[in-house]
Amino acid sequence: MRYLPLDADDRRAMLARIGAATIDDLFVDVPPAARLSRPVDLPPHAGEIEVERALSALASRNVPAGAAASFLGAGAYRHFIPAAVDHLIQRGEFLTSYTPYQPEISQGTLQYLFEFQTQVALISGMEIANASLYDGASGAAEAAQMARRVTRRAGVVASGGLHPHWRDTVATGLRWSDAALTTAPADPSGTEDLTKLIGADTACVIVQNPTVFGHLRDLSPLARACQANGTLLVVCVPEVASLGVVEPPGAMGADIFVGEGQGLGPGLNFGGPYLGLFATRERFVRQMPGRIAGQTVDVDGRRGWVLTLSTREQHIRREKATSNICTNSGLCALAFTIHMALLGEEGFRRLARLNHAKACRMADRLGAIKGVSLLSDAFFNEVTVRLPVLAAPVVDALARDKVFAGVPASRLYPGEKEMETLLISCASETTTEDDIERLGAALEGTLR
Amino acid sequence: MSAETPPGAPRAPNAKSGRSAAGPRRPAGAPVAAAEADAGGFTGTVSGNRALAIEEPLLFEQGSRQRCGVDLPDPANFKPRLGGLERKGAIGLPGLSESEVVRHFTRLSQKNYAIDAGLFPLGSCTMKHNPRLNEKMARLPGFADLHPLQPLSTVQGALALMDALAHWLKQLTGMPAIALPPAAGAQGELCGMMVIRAAHDAAGQNARRRVLVPESAHGTNPATAALCGYHVDSIPANARGRVDVAALRAKLGPDVAALMLTNPNTCGLFEPEILDIAAVVHGAGAYFYCDGANFNAIVGKVRPADLGIDVMHFNLHKTFSTPHGGGGPGSGPVALVEALAPFAPLPWVVAGPGGFALREDAVGDAAHTIGRLKAFHGQMGMFVRAYAYMLSHGSDGLRQVAEDAVLSANYLLAALRDTLTPAYDGPCMHECLFDDGGLRAFDVSTLDFAKALIDEGFHPTTIYFPLVVHGAMLVEPTETESKGELDRFIAAVRGLKARLDAGGAERFRTAPHYSPRRRLDETRAARQPVLRWSPPAPREAAE
Repeated sequence: MRYLPLDADDRRAMLARIGAATIDDLFVDVPPAARLSRPVDLPPHAGEIEVERALSALASRNVPAGAAASFLGAGAYRHFIPAAVDHLIQRGEFLTSYTPYQPEISQGTLQYLFEFQTQVALISGMEIANASLYDGASGAAEAAQMARRVTRRAGVVASGGLHPHWRDTVATGLRWSDAALTTAPADPSGTEDLTKLIGADTACVIVQNPTVFGHLRDLSPLARACQANGTLLVVCVPEVASLGVVEPPGAMGADIFVGEGQGLGPGLNFGGPYLGLFATRERFVRQMPGRIAGQTVDVDGRRGWVLTLSTREQHIRREKATSNICTNSGLCALAFTIHMALLGEEGFRRLARLNHAKACRMADRLGAIKGVSLLSDAFFNEVTVRLPVLAAPVVDALARDKVFAGVPASRLYPGEKEMETLLISCASETTTEDDIERLGAALEGTLR
Repeated sequence: MSAETPPGAPRAPNAKSGRSAAGPRRPAGAPVAAAEADAGGFTGTVSGNRALAIEEPLLFEQGSRQRCGVDLPDPANFKPRLGGLERKGAIGLPGLSESEVVRHFTRLSQKNYAIDAGLFPLGSCTMKHNPRLNEKMARLPGFADLHPLQPLSTVQGALALMDALAHWLKQLTGMPAIALPPAAGAQGELCGMMVIRAAHDAAGQNARRRVLVPESAHGTNPATAALCGYHVDSIPANARGRVDVAALRAKLGPDVAALMLTNPNTCGLFEPEILDIAAVVHGAGAYFYCDGANFNAIVGKVRPADLGIDVMHFNLHKTFSTPHGGGGPGSGPVALVEALAPFAPLPWVVAGPGGFALREDAVGDAAHTIGRLKAFHGQMGMFVRAYAYMLSHGSDGLRQVAEDAVLSANYLLAALRDTLTPAYDGPCMHECLFDDGGLRAFDVSTLDFAKALIDEGFHPTTIYFPLVVHGAMLVEPTETESKGELDRFIAAVRGLKARLDAGGAERFRTAPHYSPRRRLDETRAARQPVLRWSPPAPREAAE
């Protein structure tokens, strides 16, 4: 067994040093009735060749998004990741290190987390950020809990533009608290007015920008209404690349920013691991969930970093902690930090403009198809169109020709009649003119 | 815990003893390692670098607005349709070339200890070798480049892998249902406890609001129970570091929803009375939740179902060696008994005549689900790695994993028994626990000893956890250390103890001496938080 360094002589010598006759003498505390006398009914060990063959066979039964003309978004975004990113995160000192609890020998991790926090604060326009959460959806659930702690109120209002997976994750998190969750109806037109749902006991309003249907909205009026009522505004941004060209949540008056950094960090991965971004105002820091890296000095006066403000966390506060989170998305945060470092100010802005330009092209092409109507006029890289037929069968049919036309809204809103003809389509810097033409021609073909 | 154990930093005992946690102060501005001054009075280096240990400024202190590490075309001739919401003003991100970025992160990496570099005996955290085949497999485009909302006909291999992973976890636990979505151990705990709450509610048992948790539990256990609206009631351990069954029995009642127990427990001990524990818990109408953080000690040797456990989460990043990555990502699937399976979180992978499908909404047999814990379907990248690990080890290899992990921990316990003070007699399971009884006479704390281990080239053990032992040192070598490496660790611990015996305590209090940074001022970090880089004041004023 190639990963196990002890050989038979070692095992004998070690048992002798322990004073045990057999390995089972070390398992004496296991009740005899519960001891397995033979290996579990599973295949025996296998070499690298066999394992690679088995997994490659499974992988070959999938169609990677990159092998298709892909217009899939709706909460997971495919961006080009520069080669240096994956190379660097595979350095063993990053990949195989632990949570930086011993700061003297973890300065590499701590410094990049500090850089990550700074990047997240800058792009979101917020004051401070944490060192990551699992993903955006669970971040939104944490934000709802945090707003309730800050305001000591029970009400949570969720926008109809919030991704249904995020909305449902928030609902699960609040299910056994004394919170009252109000969910606005799905808002494919991007015209909802949430101010009328804000009441005296509303802790927070959770919105998404752009919405799950792709609409960009000016949140400043909503922010003012929230502020006047002592309600926190939580702004969710599943497509972090949008922040290169769109006014950030902080500038629109957000109190908490929750983002999904997957697109610029770990990639698609069939849904995980992803990267929860979380930022807020400095005065709320002690109510913020998750780990935080902070700057300090060592005994020689040299600048260094540590995990800090841990009295918020479960290992200190136990049942009174701000969250139960422990492991976060450290390596995904590293990938994001490296990618953002490569992009820099110019690259980040250009990436966003490029995405928007491609989406404008895609929107024009889709809108030009007879019977197809574009629901979005202000958007970033994603739009919703209404088809004259059910969207899901069209998507399935086009997938056979390796065109992933988009996400049928019925996948996110099962059973909702109004959603059945809606298609959510997304472009990115990886989209080519040829891709857009393939999409347009294929759609025209099926709708003819 | 699910997830990880904090080896103690925030509970530095030195603060209590009145000694600065950071050790004796040098005069402000005194150079590093002043003791190295030569006859000419020069100390240290001109640059502050020390050969391979190179100082590296923040990204934000480098670069310029114009430089860029990517070449992207600027889209020409298009009219933005952003609804007038164009971003105004500079973001403030520095621009660097690729060569600068690669060098920056390479230098940062060199300031980290890692399992690739040496023994990482963090008890409860399970730092074992991460096979590189698993990394390669997770990067196959057929897994890494799949969008989670692709048509199901294009992801049949991915769903088959999830189903196969669940099959292995079922076989290894003897439990009939696996919930794959949870993102990490702590979320697995949340999943498990929510499932229990939902099952009690469905049975009209919503008066059950108390959860019993041993004092030695990971902090995530009580934090999780609280998130499910439960009151946490702590149960004491007996003198042998195990659950006191009489005390447990006394605490049980019609208002108890569950017992949350880690087994093997956080002292590295198997609960010998676990069948009785399960019986009394079930007898009181409560469920038995097992924190599976230490499943690596018994994988292939004992099936949790045979211990009477109703729910257990796995930490795929521990038992099945997906990399810890400096603090994540993890993955925390949950095994459930039949009665709890209907409450599992969405989505479910289901096999049908036309292939695999995903149950993504709460209808039909999923009507009782607790709902979603995160977006999409779980930590697929971790599933691929864990499945590759399982296939590589096989049924025989996984059993060997548990045996070698337990053997190595007992070997350390035997070899260090006379050097440090064991908290409990052996045999232990995959980790052994010492207290600071052998250090206190020298006025040296567990923290000091840990920092001295850093200088010797080892990552410290877990310290100050579990809380039930004074100055705890929890040592988990794992099965992937050679006897040679274990012997070197033993020699280092013994050598350090010999130095203490010879009057060398002072050097422990100022350790580490050779790491990229020496003791850091954690009090300052918490009292005057600096949580991000900010531009220097004059520039800010100019903007």
